[in-house]
Amino acid sequence: MWKWLHPYAKTERAYQLCLTLQPWFWVGALVCLSIGTVWGLAFAPQDYQQGDSFRIIYIHVPSAILSMGTYVAMAIAALVGMVWQWRTAYMSMIAMAPIGAVMTFIALFTGAAWGKPMWGAWWVWDARLTSELILLFLYMGVIALYGAFEDKQQAGKAAGVMALVGVVNIPIIHYSVEWWNTLHQGATISKFDNPSIAPEMLWPLLISLLGFAFFIGAVTTVRLRNEIVLREMHRPWVQALAMKAMSKQQSDAASTFVKEGN
Amino acid sequence: MSLYKGIFKRDMHIAFKQKAELVQPLMFLTMVVTLFPLGVSPSPDTLQRIGPGVIWIAAILSSLMAMERLFRDDFQDGSLEQYMLSGMALPAVSAVKVTVHWLVSFVPLFLLSPLLAMFLNLTVDMYIALVLTLLLGTPLLSLIGAIAVGLTVGLQKGGVLLALLLIPVFIPLLIFATSAVDSAALQLPYHAQLAIIAAMLLLAAALAPFAIAYSLKVSQN
Amino acid sequence: MQFESFADFLAMGGYAFYVWLSFGVTFVAMAIIAVQSFIKHRGLLKQVVVEKERKARIKKARQQQQDNA
Repeated sequence: MWKWLHPYAKTERAYQLCLTLQPWFWVGALVCLSIGTVWGLAFAPQDYQQGDSFRIIYIHVPSAILSMGTYVAMAIAALVGMVWQWRTAYMSMIAMAPIGAVMTFIALFTGAAWGKPMWGAWWVWDARLTSELILLFLYMGVIALYGAFEDKQQAGKAAGVMALVGVVNIPIIHYSVEWWNTLHQGATISKFDNPSIAPEMLWPLLISLLGFAFFIGAVTTVRLRNEIVLREMHRPWVQALAMKAMSKQQSDAASTFVKEGN
Repeated sequence: MSLYKGIFKRDMHIAFKQKAELVQPLMFLTMVVTLFPLGVSPSPDTLQRIGPGVIWIAAILSSLMAMERLFRDDFQDGSLEQYMLSGMALPAVSAVKVTVHWLVSFVPLFLLSPLLAMFLNLTVDMYIALVLTLLLGTPLLSLIGAIAVGLTVGLQKGGVLLALLLIPVFIPLLIFATSAVDSAALQLPYHAQLAIIAAMLLLAAALAPFAIAYSLKVSQN
Repeated sequence: MQFESFADFLAMGGYAFYVWLSFGVTFVAMAIIAVQSFIKHRGLLKQVVVEKERKARIKKARQQQQDNA
């Protein structure tokens, strides 16, 4: 596996890999998200307690799971970068950070919008929402630290350390908040009291989860390419690539101009 | 070994020379605590209920203000670079530095704690629990804080960023510490909370020196 | 289909506001991050080209200066 992976430590190969993967990710995201959303919204049976409001689950749960998953992926990337001195690993770490933060935001927002009809308040200090909020703070910390450095090589390393500190903390935060919550608000009804979920409800959830995962992958490939271009601006291959892309765009613009002139 | 002793002595000496930096965070802490009776309610019952949380939050905030100086001077005058070049083990140097920081910033806090406990109408049981949580928890603040200080020491405007990085990381400590004091108020056992804080402290003591050394290397570039 | 009619589907059993708000905000947020990434990509490529042309101009100007001298 080492032999297979190692070439991708080079930025050019990583860029090419992103280009190859990207269309598959976008197609996967589009297909899975459409199927999951339509199935979840229109065809899944109603929840006998929560009625149709439970349909928010089809975005809330995938985004919540993947917001944690993306953070762990960032930490793994940081560790790889630290151990094997891969620059591309740091780049992919920082490429994932904003999309992870967006997932966290979505989980928080949909949690609040689901909480309003269920609990009667937009925000309740529920254990899951609270740890999700703290996760958002962790994401913001990593992004802010990365932004604070001029030298992006150094920035990647620093943000990587913070991502690792955060990932050691995530389970501690999670359990401490859960414990704190049972201490203070034992009365709150958990949204996931039903331990078993009917298969007709579960399938669209899994498909939706897959769709979100594809989406994160797709955006990460775009952002990783951005990061590579930004840092390798003076490499000949990046310049050739940019020239090609720009001249193509210009010729496209010119041809539409001609068409309009006719 | 004597080298590390030398660093210890030197740092202690410098810390006691800069008296203003030593005293100001403590004044800040006392003032923050003073705001709560004024802003929330001066009723003894309310104060007793919010007291543990107030003292811990104030301690965390004041420690964030003082944290920056942990490596700042050494970074600016180049002695950090000297340590790195001298072939001394950087994790050990960081451990010494963190120890000095804890002695200098947090031991005075214990002297101040009876006053704060009186201000917030804590009972004797609560006060004992508070001191125990501070004893186990403040080294944790120093150790974890030092990692973030190591990362931000080279930045011009590291102050607010440092707080942004550290506050989420300190949340579990806050939860367990205040809950220990709350349990003490209800005459309940609080060994479990203390044990968890101690476990976090041991974990941090084992890993943090290496993380601090690494982050200092990153900052030094 | 779980719903009797399209209007029923839109009403979401009385929870229309919360359900559609959640789905709307989610997809808008996802669209924003995706579009922003693509726009940034375009901008970066443009920046690379501009930088390269600037360097070429500077080089040319230097050459001319040397030739004149």
